[in-house]
Amino acid sequence: MPRREGGTFNAASMADIAFLLLIFFLVATTMDIDTGLSRKLPPMPDPNAQQDNKQIKERNVFVVLINAQDQLMVEGKPLDIRRLRDEAKEFIANPKNLSNLPEKEPKEVPYFGEYMVPKGIISLQNDRGTSYGMYIKVQNELAAAYNELRDELAMSKFGKRYEQLISEQQDAVKDIYPQIISEAEPKNIGGN
Amino acid sequence: MAKFQRKGKGAAPEISTASLPDIIFILLFFFMVSTVMRETTTKVSQHLPGATEVKKLERKSLVSYIYIGQPKRAFQGMYGTEPRIQLNDAFARVDDIRDYITSEREKRDENERPLMTTSLKVDENTRMGVVTDVKQELRKANALKINYSTRKVETIN
Repeated sequence: MPRREGGTFNAASMADIAFLLLIFFLVATTMDIDTGLSRKLPPMPDPNAQQDNKQIKERNVFVVLINAQDQLMVEGKPLDIRRLRDEAKEFIANPKNLSNLPEKEPKEVPYFGEYMVPKGIISLQNDRGTSYGMYIKVQNELAAAYNELRDELAMSKFGKRYEQLISEQQDAVKDIYPQIISEAEPKNIGGN
Repeated sequence: MAKFQRKGKGAAPEISTASLPDIIFILLFFFMVSTVMRETTTKVSQHLPGATEVKKLERKSLVSYIYIGQPKRAFQGMYGTEPRIQLNDAFARVDDIRDYITSEREKRDENERPLMTTSLKVDENTRMGVVTDVKQELRKANALKINYSTRKVETIN
């Protein structure tokens, strides 16, 4: 068989082949980046463990209830979701040291030295009939309250936003404002 | 004028397509690198709620997904319109979650297991009852790191 002269072959169909591959990848893959609110569930209580009888003082707890009609009750009063963030911030930081807002406790924090750390806890309880959209809104507002407080603290201490701090500084800020959201077992009052 | 002579008989010169495959290949490689394979087809409607304080979910290989929502129209005849749980490619009951978590754990490396996250992709209109049941199961299965999947939005409402 005679060998062909030169080494050229027709590359016109190469583009079509590449197109086919490209379209396959376009269809079979996704590009969306998953975003969301990360939380940590509490571990199941150990049945053998002793009941923890440590009572938490009422002033240290910020009670948020959501009912089956997606209405909010905060600290015993109905509240609009748009005001939740400010109320939560007020509670967590207790800037005026009011006696009905959380106590503060001196604690040694790196970078800050002895700092009066507030001991507030947010307690969130929802009904089984609450819609998931509302639940996420509330979670989001509470997270926003913490994030804004951390940002403010980071701004005043380091002159930077919380996200731009190095991780040791972030940990120090987190020590002062730890995000504690405790979720009670939901009730089933509204029925579903 | 000689300056504006017509060349030939109006036939435009052919564009060389020799570099077209290269261009397409570049596109192809871009897509291969920047995307991930679609693993499951969702059988439940997924209109995720929006949130502003979202974080990116990292290490996708360590994430297992639980989808909750109303079955899509094609499945409503068989599964009804109540929100259902979907694991992998099939509808599941709450009791199946523990097995699912165990099998997901088996697939991962021993030292990476503590870093595993469960992503809850829940439709906005679902009631919290079923979500709570799922969360209780996750606690029992000791899969405590969870992530409520949301869309990133600038403002709410």
